[in-house]
Amino acid sequence: MTFSQATEKKLQDIWSRYPEGRKRSAVIPMLMYAQDEVGQVTPEMIAEVARRCEVTPLQVEEVVGYYSMLNKERMGKHHVQICTNIACLLTGGEELWQHAVKRLGIGHKQVTADGLISLEEVECAGACSWAPCVVDGYEYHHHVTIEKLDQLLDSIQKKVQ
Amino acid sequence: MSTPVTAPPALVNFTVDGRPLTAPPGTLLIDACKRAGIEIPAFCYYEGYSLQAACRMCLVEVEKMPKLQTACTLPVSEGMIVRSETEQIAKARKGTLEFLLTNHPLDCPVCDKGGECELQDMVFRYGAGESRFTEIKNHAPERQWSPVVFYDPARCILCYRCVRACNEGMGVGALGVTNRGVVSEIVPNKVDHLDCDECGACIDICPVGALTSNTYRYKTRPWEMQHVGTVCTHCSNGCKTTLGVRNDEIVRGNNRDRSGINGEFLCVKGRYGFDFTANEQRLTSPMIRLNGRLEAVSWSKALGFVAEKFKSVLAAGGRFGVAAGTHLTNEEIYYLAKFTRAGLKSSNIDHQRTGDVVTLIDALGGRQDVLATVEDLYNTKAALVIGSDLSQQHPLLAFQLRADARHHQAKIYTVTPGPVREANYSASSLEAPAGEEFAALDKLTESLKAEKELVILFGDAIKGDRVRQLVAWADGLGIPVKYVCLVDYSNSRGAVDLGATPNLLPGYQPDPAPGLSLDQILNAADLAVFWAVGANPLRGRELAAKQAFVVAQTMFLDETAQRADVVFPSASAYEKNGTVTNVTGQVQRLKAAIRTMGTKTDLEIIGLIAKEMGLATVAGVWTHDAVFKEIHKNVHGYQVPLPLLITGMAAMTQPVNGGVKVDVRVDEIRSAGDTLFTSGELGRYSKLLTSVPEYPGALYKR
Repeated sequence: MTFSQATEKKLQDIWSRYPEGRKRSAVIPMLMYAQDEVGQVTPEMIAEVARRCEVTPLQVEEVVGYYSMLNKERMGKHHVQICTNIACLLTGGEELWQHAVKRLGIGHKQVTADGLISLEEVECAGACSWAPCVVDGYEYHHHVTIEKLDQLLDSIQKKVQ
Repeated sequence: MSTPVTAPPALVNFTVDGRPLTAPPGTLLIDACKRAGIEIPAFCYYEGYSLQAACRMCLVEVEKMPKLQTACTLPVSEGMIVRSETEQIAKARKGTLEFLLTNHPLDCPVCDKGGECELQDMVFRYGAGESRFTEIKNHAPERQWSPVVFYDPARCILCYRCVRACNEGMGVGALGVTNRGVVSEIVPNKVDHLDCDECGACIDICPVGALTSNTYRYKTRPWEMQHVGTVCTHCSNGCKTTLGVRNDEIVRGNNRDRSGINGEFLCVKGRYGFDFTANEQRLTSPMIRLNGRLEAVSWSKALGFVAEKFKSVLAAGGRFGVAAGTHLTNEEIYYLAKFTRAGLKSSNIDHQRTGDVVTLIDALGGRQDVLATVEDLYNTKAALVIGSDLSQQHPLLAFQLRADARHHQAKIYTVTPGPVREANYSASSLEAPAGEEFAALDKLTESLKAEKELVILFGDAIKGDRVRQLVAWADGLGIPVKYVCLVDYSNSRGAVDLGATPNLLPGYQPDPAPGLSLDQILNAADLAVFWAVGANPLRGRELAAKQAFVVAQTMFLDETAQRADVVFPSASAYEKNGTVTNVTGQVQRLKAAIRTMGTKTDLEIIGLIAKEMGLATVAGVWTHDAVFKEIHKNVHGYQVPLPLLITGMAAMTQPVNGGVKVDVRVDEIRSAGDTLFTSGELGRYSKLLTSVPEYPGALYKR
């Protein structure tokens, strides 16, 4: 399996950081970068990462199964994660989640019909001090209110039109 | 008494339940307690495999430690005061069990594991009979992963034992764990099925009934079986297998009591390959060829007919040729060789030779203690495998080396014609085409000189003068070296030890009047009688003597039986008592597990033929213990300690020390190259072995 030059460079870079015999430690970051490019984790990608990290495909499969940020199904162009863990819950995370679900008509790990947005209810994105938080791809949005969430979704949808 | 050079390591003193105990530093508390007879329950901990610390059952109280500690990860330390059974611990264990039972189905009445289930035992001990959990249990349907393995995710308690047994013990890595939390489950390596050794180690090691085998599932309850410890008849490694028998039918094979040289190890043949005994093609009546067709006759008629024919050929000075099976017991081989020489006045007896044991024993003349045992393979600091795909052809020996590398950091070297599994953990794996092994060995010489000791295992690529060359090369290393000459079948070693070769009497004494080898027998145009005892030499070969009278003792109507004039239905190794000698020269006892109606053991058939011929006194009594007594008394190297044998252990034979100057006929020594899924003449009659997708497999593929 081949990747774009930019991704390939990232993969090589992360791979070279681990010493011989410890290449398996690069499995997670490599999968993340590869997923960013392809949009999902595919069987070919699992085989490729396994080969490069000197582990069996099954061992990569175990990692993919365990971590929720690695998706075997294709997610939307914008993967919007809304935290409903304790700090966000107390500051309105649950309402944000319900609002997004209602507005987009999709649920957890589902994608809008146009493939633009997918939603994920996450357990702590690590931004409790600025709760509630919403993450769009790798981009964090802090102290989110329903209005701010609407603005975010509007801007995503507008960009396409 | 001299003082030891190095002081023994200081022992650590600690107390468990008020009992002062000691253990070497670094010992895990759970192991130290076990050795002192204090059982600490655990699901995930398993001796010999890496630590998981997943189940929380082994929690104990340790003074000055604020919380309960997992005994499976806690090394003992000086002055440690431990309590293994307190109210607090019982409460914690009960809590853990209550959690496990939230989703574990209570289908114990139909579960294979019921009665020998570790979860059942723990709940019996600690309770958790009532649950605070009122939600619906998380359920997932049962899956079949291969013709052998079934997985029931609902019963799984995620102890990871199967994953570790497959990764570490077998070196296969066919099982993993996917997903997280309550939906975690074991997954096979090919999404919905397995591509593996089909050994079933995962099934045996499962503490609950999550992994079950197709041969045993829903067939019986553990307490309804008799458990018979005998020796697997498929390959030369000589694994002890405990057969579960119900109503004269073998329903299970395993070795959970860890008796024997193999501990818990068994491959697919030892665990599931017993089904050939119940194959509907088993012969159950003697047959005589009448008008060109084999017709069933009575035992007395068939025996009388053979005896008459043998007598007339003997009187006329005709030539006999005898092919001895490599699955026969030591007693049968000895008795057959004795009767052939003394009764039939012939040394034309041979077996299918698969390794050059004879030259090795000659080449090792003058050396003491140079034949390695199965145990040595687990303890040696270095091992060298030449010309064998060990994981395929000698699964127990490969398992021992793998465990040695894992537990003792042993260095493994391989020189093989293709890729082998040992390469995954070996210090060096060289590929060399057959015939060019020594060039590769020269590359290893320097590294091997630096080792403290070495065990060399070699296959049929090294035979004749090349064995002497190998021994000379190994002598040049300047380190202690032990040897294993790899042979294929369950009693290949016994056959050569006990006289089933044309030029050697039992105990490697040269025969003063050497006879014909197997190839010579098959090619002798003037052969009058060809007698195949538990062997099928006519598979893919012709008997040159068209007029020869052919007698076959066999379980099935194989190629030799199809050519035979008289066929005797013989018992399998699982229906016999006696002993067999494994590849390393260790003798073990066979115990009859079942009887198949209509068959007789080969020993009895030979004895009855001798009796009908009026030669009973020449051949002697045909009971296995009488013959063994004779072997024990007369055969050099078989003066083994009887208590070892009687208690089902393995006793090492000590063959002669060199001086076996005979022609070994190198061209007749060839390994059959059986894989994990084939087994000489037996494999094709095992429906299970032939049903796995990996069948027939191939050597040097991974």
